[in-house]
Amino acid sequence: MSATAKIFRAQQSMGRAVRGPALVANDGFSARYDLDRIAGVFSRPSHKLAGQSYVGKILVLDKAKGGVATAWMLYEMKSRGIVPLALVMNSVNPILAQGAAHADVPMLAGFDEDITGAIPNGAEVEVDPQAHELRIIDR
Amino acid sequence: MRLDDEEQDILGGKVGPVRRQALAHQIAVGDFFGAADFVPVTQAHIMADTESLGEAGVRWLEGLAAADEAVRRVCVPTITDPRGTDFGKADFLRQTPSMIDLERRAIVAFEKLGVAMTNTCINYQTIAAPTRNEHVAFGDTGVVIYSNSICGARSNFEGGPSALAAGLTGRTPRYGFHLPEQRCATVLIRVDFTPATLNEWGALGGVVGRIAGNYWQVPFLEGIEGAPRSDEFKHFGAAMASFGSIAMFHIAGLTPEADEFGARAGLPNHRVTRADIEALQKSYRGDDGVDVVVFSAPQLSLYELRELAGLCDGRRFKVPLLAVTSPQVKPDSDRMGYTGLIESAGGTVLSGMCFYQSYAREIAEANGWHRLATNSAKLVNILGGYGYQPMLGSMEACVDAAVTGMLR
Repeated sequence: MSATAKIFRAQQSMGRAVRGPALVANDGFSARYDLDRIAGVFSRPSHKLAGQSYVGKILVLDKAKGGVATAWMLYEMKSRGIVPLALVMNSVNPILAQGAAHADVPMLAGFDEDITGAIPNGAEVEVDPQAHELRIIDR
Repeated sequence: MRLDDEEQDILGGKVGPVRRQALAHQIAVGDFFGAADFVPVTQAHIMADTESLGEAGVRWLEGLAAADEAVRRVCVPTITDPRGTDFGKADFLRQTPSMIDLERRAIVAFEKLGVAMTNTCINYQTIAAPTRNEHVAFGDTGVVIYSNSICGARSNFEGGPSALAAGLTGRTPRYGFHLPEQRCATVLIRVDFTPATLNEWGALGGVVGRIAGNYWQVPFLEGIEGAPRSDEFKHFGAAMASFGSIAMFHIAGLTPEADEFGARAGLPNHRVTRADIEALQKSYRGDDGVDVVVFSAPQLSLYELRELAGLCDGRRFKVPLLAVTSPQVKPDSDRMGYTGLIESAGGTVLSGMCFYQSYAREIAEANGWHRLATNSAKLVNILGGYGYQPMLGSMEACVDAAVTGMLR
């Protein structure tokens, strides 16, 4: 971590510490509704990340959307290596938390500010669930 | 989380590896949401179509099912959401043998775990509606919102792994809608009309879901008149849950906890008009041509099939019309002659599946289905991500579209 890293504290957290590029949008997330899980891209035409790959990215999004399938799908996506590195959300529902727990995908949620407005798209970030922290390493 | 002696024993592996794994998963989720302890549940309902599970998910289930019979079976009644196929109609849908094989393997595994394959997302209409204050672990968003709002039962959205865990341990972490404070209204919605058709109820649910916006919001509606029917609440709630991830609503004068947890001073408020639901429906209209008509999401009740059969009587379809129901309703639909009327017109009645949980992307490509007409607001919300151009219309307009190939 650099001495100047900016730190954001999450109310909710689970999983391992990971570091990677942030893919950021003020939009929601549902594995069933929004993704082409074979190609590894956002497929819903109206999604702000439509056409972009989520593989190996730390997704920084607004909130979990409807649908229970995500609880299974993250595990299936991880088995093929076509999965986000971590999930960082303003607000999550139980399904996303259950799916992240089942698939061992690190997750942070609940910040004092809109996290999608605080993290530059493409920034190198570190997710540290033990410390309940998200850190910007390199913009 | 605080664990009692029985839970300590489960976590210590004294009742086998399957329950230990289940409880460990539940603790991870409970800790995330700050649950203080567990609450016993009386029923569990598992969403687990194989499009969602994939090969990896089915192997995971088979791993649990390989445990000794004495330690692998659920301990409270545990039932299933729709499968990914109707085995008798898989060829019609042009599903592949690998899809069907995966379904069969999942069913074998679930049965070894003691799960009852009810394959329905309308269990509150067909199996056993939960009662007020009954704590359950239900795994379909439409089932949860109906159970919380109309029945007064208590459930969070329980995804497949968590619902199965609840069936295996007989409990679930006490957070969210198991707590009275989470059931309080957070946003007031004033409605100046009462929907007349199922698609309008769904569209209103969609508009309210978008306004409320996330799982932790509880809309309180004023202005709904009369006594809406179960199917109307079904479409309303399913769409609200789909568009907004909402798990509970109150309606003044109608729902059981509206007085206890309803409107209070200072809530943010919104007004919803008929123009708002018309705008939502228009947002899904492209060109008028239709490749397939689908009634599904949620599965149709006997009354919906009755109405549909009446509209199909004497018609001849130009494009495929699919009506999807539960294995509990289908035999009655057959006996009452509803299935015959629908299929005589060229439609197909499917059982035990749901359209969007049945490899929707693949069957679209295999059948050339792109422009899809339905009366389900939930379905149009979902299918955009599957490459369809979904359109929302009344049941009557959708049947007409099956005849003419155009949705008017």
